[in-house]
Amino acid sequence: MKNTFQIGILVVCAAAFLMAGLNLSFGGAPAYTDMDDYMLAHGQEETGSNNIVTGVVFDYRGFDTLGEATVLFTVVLGAGLVFRRLGKKEDEYEYE
Amino acid sequence: MNMSSLVRSGGANIMMPFILVYGFYIVVHGHLTPPGGGFQGGAVIATAVVLLMVAYSRAEVRASVSKNVLKNSETLGLLLFIGTALLALTAGLAFFGNWLLDAGTLFGTPVAFGINPPGDINTGGIIPVLNIAVGIEVLGAMGILLLAMLGGMKGDAE
Amino acid sequence: MIENAPFFCAGLLVVIGLVVIVTKKDLIKMVMGLALVEAGGVNLLLVATGYLSGGVAPIFTNAPSTAMVMPTVQAMTLTNIVIGIATTALLLSFVMVISRKYGTRDVTEMRRLKE
Repeated sequence: MKNTFQIGILVVCAAAFLMAGLNLSFGGAPAYTDMDDYMLAHGQEETGSNNIVTGVVFDYRGFDTLGEATVLFTVVLGAGLVFRRLGKKEDEYEYE
Repeated sequence: MNMSSLVRSGGANIMMPFILVYGFYIVVHGHLTPPGGGFQGGAVIATAVVLLMVAYSRAEVRASVSKNVLKNSETLGLLLFIGTALLALTAGLAFFGNWLLDAGTLFGTPVAFGINPPGDINTGGIIPVLNIAVGIEVLGAMGILLLAMLGGMKGDAE
Repeated sequence: MIENAPFFCAGLLVVIGLVVIVTKKDLIKMVMGLALVEAGGVNLLLVATGYLSGGVAPIFTNAPSTAMVMPTVQAMTLTNIVIGIATTALLLSFVMVISRKYGTRDVTEMRRLKE
């Protein structure tokens, strides 16, 4: 009974994702490109970067990258905390 | 020391400088070439730590890679990132403003518009600085995570 | 059908990842399913969304033409890769701690929450 419930939920989710994938049209022509056209036209003079992706990541979306770096820092803090607690108990762990 | 460990350590010694140079190239050419950026370059440099872990024993890895250096490099990278972004306030721009752009100093050459075949590394304003900062930070973060997982592993692989 | 194969494959990857998360009992395999969803399906969906037919990568150094694909979705993909690496590393740390505490990685054998 529980198993059929799980399978039913999975089938519903699979149908939703696959129908969405089938109904999106991949024509090689994105519908709304105003922002990206602006970035391609003015990104080189506004950010001074030949690589527009780097220009977007570090200049137009700088706050996003700051949050990203903070997430990485927090993950390292969390992993260090977890492994430090582990080492106290079993005396086998050398991570300072 | 048996034969396979000799082959592993010898291959690692040969490949190590190429990995480091390639990672540093990716970091400093982040604003010019296709696979560029601090995140990717830092991850490539961190694979050198993985290579050390594959090739050498735990004691040798722990003796050659210092955790304090990695910790300090991660903190230094994040501080350099935020500090570079904050210095834009002194130039009268907003936070994350490109205060080095076209200034004529470090990374301050005006970029040639349109398709320019060679590219000039001395352009981009604060973008190369931020790339280097993020590269240092990702290198430290990945190295610390890998060393922590190596240290938390049960039993010695060697 | 064949012309929107990238979107269909993205949906398929997400579905495979969900099935792995729900049906597998090993914690490391569940983390692998989550990584399949966030690093496979979502990135493929993002990159396929910004594709322009005949476009090249949005980089002006040695560019063959000026018809370029959309740069924003590629920046979002870069963000997603880094966040995916971070969450996967943290989850694997938790899996290491759990497997050392309980002696197993099988979720059905961890009885602490049931009793």
